[in-house]
Amino acid sequence: MEGTNNDVVLLDFWPSSFGMRLRIALALKGIQYEGREENLFDKSTLLLEMNSVHKKIPVLIHNGKPICESLIILEYIDQVWHDKYPLLPSHPYDRSQARFWADYVDKKIYSTGRRVWSGKGEDQEEAKKEFIEILKTLEGELGDKTYFGGDDNLGFVDVALVPFTSWFYSYETCANFSIEAVCPKLVAWAKRCMQIECVANSLPHPHKIYDYVLELKHKFGLDTN
Amino acid sequence: MDEDLKLHGSWASPYSLRVIWALKLKGLSYEYIEEDLANKSDLLLKYNPIFKKIPVLLHDGKPICESMVILEYLEQIWPNQYPLLPIDPYERALARFWVNYFEEKSVSLWLIFRAKGEEQERAMKDSLEMLETIEENAFKNHKNNIFFIGGKIGIVDIAFGWICHWLKIIEDVGGVKLLEENSFPNLQKWMKKFKEVPLIKESLPNHQKLFLPFKLIRDMLLAS
Repeated sequence: MEGTNNDVVLLDFWPSSFGMRLRIALALKGIQYEGREENLFDKSTLLLEMNSVHKKIPVLIHNGKPICESLIILEYIDQVWHDKYPLLPSHPYDRSQARFWADYVDKKIYSTGRRVWSGKGEDQEEAKKEFIEILKTLEGELGDKTYFGGDDNLGFVDVALVPFTSWFYSYETCANFSIEAVCPKLVAWAKRCMQIECVANSLPHPHKIYDYVLELKHKFGLDTN
Repeated sequence: MDEDLKLHGSWASPYSLRVIWALKLKGLSYEYIEEDLANKSDLLLKYNPIFKKIPVLLHDGKPICESMVILEYLEQIWPNQYPLLPIDPYERALARFWVNYFEEKSVSLWLIFRAKGEEQERAMKDSLEMLETIEENAFKNHKNNIFFIGGKIGIVDIAFGWICHWLKIIEDVGGVKLLEENSFPNLQKWMKKFKEVPLIKESLPNHQKLFLPFKLIRDMLLAS
């Protein structure tokens, strides 16, 4: 099936790491699309229709048909537009490892990271410890490679993980620690990714994310003691 | 072994069984190694250092972990032997969506098994919501049907499959009733059909045999 560029819509929300994954993938593959910003506190009828099960972004709508869940969308994009910048390795074993690690990122980073920025006292300390362990595990997987995908190109795991680096400043500031101090290799990897235009253009500035986090904390009363 | 496949699993684990179903459907020969989950082998800890869990599939000595990752791997290597995924990218994404949905939400089923009182009640409520969502959305019309696509077992059937047998264990051990007789008619119809497939039927561990270890685990968890 030839990849068709016509009618690709991305329902997104600017601070969402999951949305960022798709911005990066679509940019790397040179796919033209219409990005629609959703207000998660006032979801559009389109979003509720296209993702009636979860009512969440991101949603990719390709020729009118919705695909939900960011990693599933990444696989879809990779399959349909397979000729440009493949994200998953062709070798089945390497593919299975890429899926395993992307799944690991999905299981661990978002929920633990959330406890890091929104938590207090002992809960936050525990979350911080867990979070550092998770990052160190990922560092171990990266090893001496330039990217998780290899030495030349970004891969599935890079695209799955790099959006969360725009949240690093927020995690660090809220929980008072330095990620670079504990995971220098991972931070070096993040910097290398940011040198790629498609990545840099898809991620908001960390300070903007932090402003958003402060807004959330205020909204949910998490900034009082 | 023709294909040099080894599966580290546990007879009582539905996740282990998922891989066995896929291997059998694809007609693949494999060596099965039963792991004692109370006393995990050094090999298991070596092959799955991240989660230390079964199932782990070894192909030519290389480990693959997480049951659904294993299934995708088998599909990749042996796509033409009993394909488990649709070829069309959109239908594929739809199948993966429901697998993902079930993986995320079925956590509440295990919580029914592990908890009591208010926590268990909440887990019951969440589980019913999940079953409701599946009943409403996954059987809507022929186009959206995700079970038994083309009359054959697919990745969604395999992913959901364990509820046909382990749900009753969870109910009996947890002392609750989640699935009333006339509730979720489409889902229950699918469950009955799935259990009757000979390959599936003969693979299911005896209910009575399963009850005891699960009861012991629940008692242990509630005592701690």
